[in-house]
Amino acid sequence: MVYDKVNKPIRRIDGYEKVTGKAKFAADLFFPNLLYGKVLRSKYPHAQIIKINLDKALAYPGVKAIITAKDIPNNKIGVIIQDQQVLAQDEVFFIGDGIAVVAANTLETASKAINLIEVEYKELPGIFDPEEAARKDSFLIHSDRQNNQVIHHRLRKGDTEKGFQDAEIILEREYSTPFVEHAYLEPEVVVAVPYEQNSLVTIYGSIQNPFACRNAVASALKVSLNKVRVIQNHLGGSFGGKDEVISSMSVRAAVLALKTGQPVKLINNREESILESYKRHPYKMKYKIGATREGKLVAMEIKCLADSGAYACQTPFVTWRSVVQATGPYELPHVKTDTYGYFTNNIYTGAMRGYGSPQIIFANESLMDELAQELKMNPLELRLKNIYHNNSITASGQKLDNHTVSLEEVINRAIKESDYINKYQEYNKIQSGDKKKGIGMAISFRGCSLGAEATDAAGAIVAVQRDGSVLISTGLAENGMGLKTVFSQIVAEELGIELNRINYMEVDTSVSPESGSTVASRSTILGGNAVKLAAQQVKDKILAMIAAKYNLRKENLYLKNEGIYEKFNPQKIISYEEMIEVANKEGIFLSAYGWYKAPDIFWDEEAGQGNPYFTYVYGCQVAEVEVDTATGQIEILKITAAHEVGKSINPACLKGQIYGGVIMGLGYGIMEEVETYQGYIRNTNFDEYLIPTIKDKPDLVAIIVENPDPYGPYGAKSIGEPSLELTAAAIANAVAQATGKRIRNLPLNLERVLLGHALSREVNHDV
Amino acid sequence: MKKIKINLTINGKKITLKVNPQERLIDTLRDRLKLTGTKEGCSIGECGACTVILNGKAVASCLVFTAQIDGSKILTVEGLEVGGKLDPLQQAFLDHHAVQCGFCTPGMLMSAKALLLKNPHPTREEIKTALEGNLCRCTGYEQIIEAIESVTKD
Repeated sequence: MVYDKVNKPIRRIDGYEKVTGKAKFAADLFFPNLLYGKVLRSKYPHAQIIKINLDKALAYPGVKAIITAKDIPNNKIGVIIQDQQVLAQDEVFFIGDGIAVVAANTLETASKAINLIEVEYKELPGIFDPEEAARKDSFLIHSDRQNNQVIHHRLRKGDTEKGFQDAEIILEREYSTPFVEHAYLEPEVVVAVPYEQNSLVTIYGSIQNPFACRNAVASALKVSLNKVRVIQNHLGGSFGGKDEVISSMSVRAAVLALKTGQPVKLINNREESILESYKRHPYKMKYKIGATREGKLVAMEIKCLADSGAYACQTPFVTWRSVVQATGPYELPHVKTDTYGYFTNNIYTGAMRGYGSPQIIFANESLMDELAQELKMNPLELRLKNIYHNNSITASGQKLDNHTVSLEEVINRAIKESDYINKYQEYNKIQSGDKKKGIGMAISFRGCSLGAEATDAAGAIVAVQRDGSVLISTGLAENGMGLKTVFSQIVAEELGIELNRINYMEVDTSVSPESGSTVASRSTILGGNAVKLAAQQVKDKILAMIAAKYNLRKENLYLKNEGIYEKFNPQKIISYEEMIEVANKEGIFLSAYGWYKAPDIFWDEEAGQGNPYFTYVYGCQVAEVEVDTATGQIEILKITAAHEVGKSINPACLKGQIYGGVIMGLGYGIMEEVETYQGYIRNTNFDEYLIPTIKDKPDLVAIIVENPDPYGPYGAKSIGEPSLELTAAAIANAVAQATGKRIRNLPLNLERVLLGHALSREVNHDV
Repeated sequence: MKKIKINLTINGKKITLKVNPQERLIDTLRDRLKLTGTKEGCSIGECGACTVILNGKAVASCLVFTAQIDGSKILTVEGLEVGGKLDPLQQAFLDHHAVQCGFCTPGMLMSAKALLLKNPHPTREEIKTALEGNLCRCTGYEQIIEAIESVTKD
């Protein structure tokens, strides 16, 4: 199938305002009588609040209002479990917990005033290790719960005991991964405006999920959803990160705005952002694998422990994706997987690009290379003996029979492009000098969209205006990935019009159809379907109108190149603009609401089996590295990333997702770690929390593999998260080849490569 | 506190301001002049989002006091498009998909522009060195380099 507008590297429709500085991000919004908020946060990771004295702060000139927990009608929020305090009530559970928020005429005044708030604490002992939290004699972090377990997911297939009896080789290994910061370049900002238009409160902000934010604000204020309006437009990066933290900020700003009757802007500086915003879950993972001498896998037993920090946040779903995908894409008759989340007094953890997959992929793909080494087999050969193909049965018992299982194809493409086979042999020879090269691979399968976590549906409005211009509105939000462009391409394709006719509206919860969250790499596959359905309804109305007017058969008509045509007749019947005039004259309503609900799936939590996702994507990345064994310095030379995406709607945006994901994965692999010590956070800005710079960028090759999916719009599936999840594992395998030493803990920083362990340092809590 | 009177040329326009001694250039631009294209990402000169061109050189405007730069010429992202015509770098960023969320984009453009002002045909390594102080979390930098190279290789 050849398309006009989709499957083309069309320029971003939101690019012009971004390159000219015209794009308004939340911090760029100003309102009359604007007040600035500032949050006083906890001094300790775990403490009882004995007393709060606001008197001196309230008396400070310029201070308009101060709120504490008692000002918030319903102080507990959360998408899955409502346990997150908007402001600490009697107890602080982690170092980023807020205690009070000041609203003042200037940010400077608000900043000075929070230092005048007197809080009397009783410091309490904390739990900072999920293994300690899991012990029966540990104190309860949340006294209303039976124990410190947030969640336990299980997956059971066959009989692992029998499987290990049959195995000729058994390996047991432990891996760990750290807290990681999203490090979106734009720190969190919200502005709450009271009594604007007909809403009680309107929230503008750097909001990943406007509807989740609206739910939180309405529930915290104890008002109905239609009283709260959330508007999102330009967002300076999110990667899963601007959800619960933004909801909490939005509630604080809303309460202050209603208390003062003035708009309130709440801005996190970078230190506040890193202290307060949730992180990627650290995992401790125990893997046991059994195989035959020929390299056929027979059994796997996996136990993963996730640190949820102070609140449940997304832990129940993050660990669920882990339980589904923990074996990697390998056929296994016997599997037993358990994933757990535990509360601690660490910074809380939530969604971050990958969502429970980068951790387990680091473990399972390291393990495959370790097993290959034990078997004296090439890691590629071992993988090829065990990977999923069409009709394979996954660990959860799902038969992969409704889409093309593209694993072998992505592996072959990546292997060929990277010259893996030759380089692997070459680098296995003894290398002279301190600098040693290595090459490593990693592969994955990934369930698209939410899966059996939650209801999965999305909506879109396509509205043709009386001059033929088109407005699109959806409930999914541009996070920077190119959603506005991709959705506009779909509408242009269906209506046969140019993209400059289309204007993509900001997400406004009072107008846009609620579509769930912009997460789980679901925008293209879910939202794309919704947009396409809406556009197809508009198209259907147009064709019916023209068929009636010219007495033609509707099924022979089609829209293309700004006109309406009949099959086998190159002559245009009527131009798009003339058609609009007809519609205007005849009073035909050329707008439609598209609604797409994902195909049915199921998960049996008790049996640990099911069809958790309706389709999957497949990826293979190969990393080539050079390690200076004298210093521990790793240089990444090249990363080849082959990803099967169903169909690419915009190959240039898609490559941007791959490049960006790979570099974020590179950071995860070799440099990034939020260093915590007894609940305190050491590195709170970019001078100490290092993310990859342009100088860290190796040669990147992105390979797009297309096998259209029956459920995707034009066959399109997902790319945002798959691009990140493999890189750290591929690098770890390359480093192991180069150095002959296996590092089982991320990140592979200097000291781990050189000394084999991390150096700890004192925490200086200074913000 | 006594305010200090200073003269600046910003994007070709002469202006006179009275500023506090501690006012940062980024605040003068964003809060006072509402030139909000310049972004604040870290406030310690590490992320590059606030990069502007000060007397021909790329600087982090969060680390400059406005009172120190009396008589200076400043170019911000808002000054790149002249008479409705995009700067070739802006056009290249659009053409090469060098923009995702767009928050680092103004700083990236200003660092690249400062480089090209003194070195119109830089090597790939020189481009990387010039943009080393500009963090981007979305793009992986690949298409940013491609965009700049498209302007410098002709």
